[in-house]
Amino acid sequence: MTKTYEEINDRIRKGKAVVLTAEEVSEMARTMSPKEILDKVDVVTTATFGAMCSSGAFLNFGHATPPIRMERIELNGVPVSGGLAAVDTFVGATDCNTANPTYGGAHIIENLIDGKEIILEAWGKGTDCYPRKHIKTRISLDTINEAIMCNPRNSYQNYNVAVNTSDRILYTYMGTLLPHLRNASYSSAGELSPLLNDPECRTIGLGTHIFLCGAQGYVVWNGTQFNCSKPLNDYKVPMGNARTLALMGDMREMSTEFMRGAYFEKYGVTMYVGVGVPIPILDEDLAARVSIRNSQIETFIEDYGDECKLKGKVNYEQLRSGEIEFMGKKIHTAPLSSLAKARQIADVLKQWIENGKFELTAPVRPMPVGTSLKGLEEKEV
Amino acid sequence: MVKKVVVTFPAGSAGRSLTYELIKKFDIMVSIIKADIDAGRNGKLVLELDADRERLGQAIDYMKQSGVDVSPLESKITYDSDRCINCGACTSSCLSGALSIQAPDWKIVFQPDKCIVCKLCITACPLKLFHSSFED
Ligand code: SF4
Ligand code: SF4
Repeated sequence: MTKTYEEINDRIRKGKAVVLTAEEVSEMARTMSPKEILDKVDVVTTATFGAMCSSGAFLNFGHATPPIRMERIELNGVPVSGGLAAVDTFVGATDCNTANPTYGGAHIIENLIDGKEIILEAWGKGTDCYPRKHIKTRISLDTINEAIMCNPRNSYQNYNVAVNTSDRILYTYMGTLLPHLRNASYSSAGELSPLLNDPECRTIGLGTHIFLCGAQGYVVWNGTQFNCSKPLNDYKVPMGNARTLALMGDMREMSTEFMRGAYFEKYGVTMYVGVGVPIPILDEDLAARVSIRNSQIETFIEDYGDECKLKGKVNYEQLRSGEIEFMGKKIHTAPLSSLAKARQIADVLKQWIENGKFELTAPVRPMPVGTSLKGLEEKEV
Repeated sequence: MVKKVVVTFPAGSAGRSLTYELIKKFDIMVSIIKADIDAGRNGKLVLELDADRERLGQAIDYMKQSGVDVSPLESKITYDSDRCINCGACTSSCLSGALSIQAPDWKIVFQPDKCIVCKLCITACPLKLFHSSFED
């Protein structure tokens, strides 16, 4: 038996679709076969809520009178891109002002979504069509035109666990890593994570309808650094940082309940992004894939204190136990992405689908296959 | 009664035998919460002393007379739980176990009585939700 998107959407419209979260279906799979799951379940909701630096937002401010070609732009004192026409900008989540490194692009996006006012200051050289040279004003989501979140690389398929064997404390994007292996930090929703439930992207592609920070958004491309070449474990799950998604959504529909600006000590600003992806159970293979459990998902242990060498592997059941054994030591583990929030997102998306508020879309273009990652070559200039 | 104190002593002073003397001379239950001994400079101990009021007073006087600075553990840690996203990053640095996150609900649990005010959570929280303040 197989199902089509149209059949599933028809059941959603009639309020008859059976929707489970990825954690619920993994539990169900202990006693049911993929065939039985395919018979019973239409859609599985997956989610994650983690720090995703490669995020940001396009804003269009509208024209003032007289108009200005904004060539240098600051929002709340944070320099943002002046390289997009006259009154557009891209606020990168990690944009910041070095004088105040704990507040940056992600916080501006958070403040805007919260309905707060932001100070916009911009400078231009003055042209015949845009005579003005300077403007300083207050903006909010109500006063500007478009505000579109656009995240080039979100929702990593798995991520290495970070440890530190050196003798000094390291401040990283994986949090504070204490010396001599005193902690290990990991960042994945494990069996609830979107790309671990459809590891080959059979249903996730360009145009996939998703939950993004509380809004209904879309997958708009493969994410940057999309890597299909990571080794697979016995359960055909890629280990380490593999595939990623590029996502877009309307900031006006978003809520700071599901996104947050953040600052990692001595590293910089980043953004916590909430993503939920529905997976249609079209056939037995997908039913088997969404049944994956934390004990079957493995990742590498990366030593940030020793040139980021990969030194071992571990599964998410072990990580979630609060302690792992590595190099003869018992190490305290802690998450960096919020499982509580990811669960909340998977539940909201489930309700949307059950209530007929959210339908599924088949990808209009599949994700790439066979990609690998290039490093940056340094050439003589 | 139980009292948490910060004991600071100059290099070379009686720091090492201090806990022994407190136990021997004053019959005090001593737990070392934190030891921070900087080679060649000051040593710092955070101690939890458990005895009756009188013996505690005598012990503190004794330490002061031996050139050791004794002050109550003055700061305490608070956090803005309303804004917490339950990411768990703070638990990674909290080796005393005051902050923990675990199944089934994966929400932060803060047990202030276990806190040794090491302040590592202040920098570890990506949302900057921790603050240290003076104990009332
Ligand atoms: S100050 Fe130290 S012991 Fe207290 S809660 Fe923070 S990390 Fe834990
Ligand atoms: S690090 Fe901050 S936001 Fe994260 S769980 Fe701890 S208190 Fe909450």
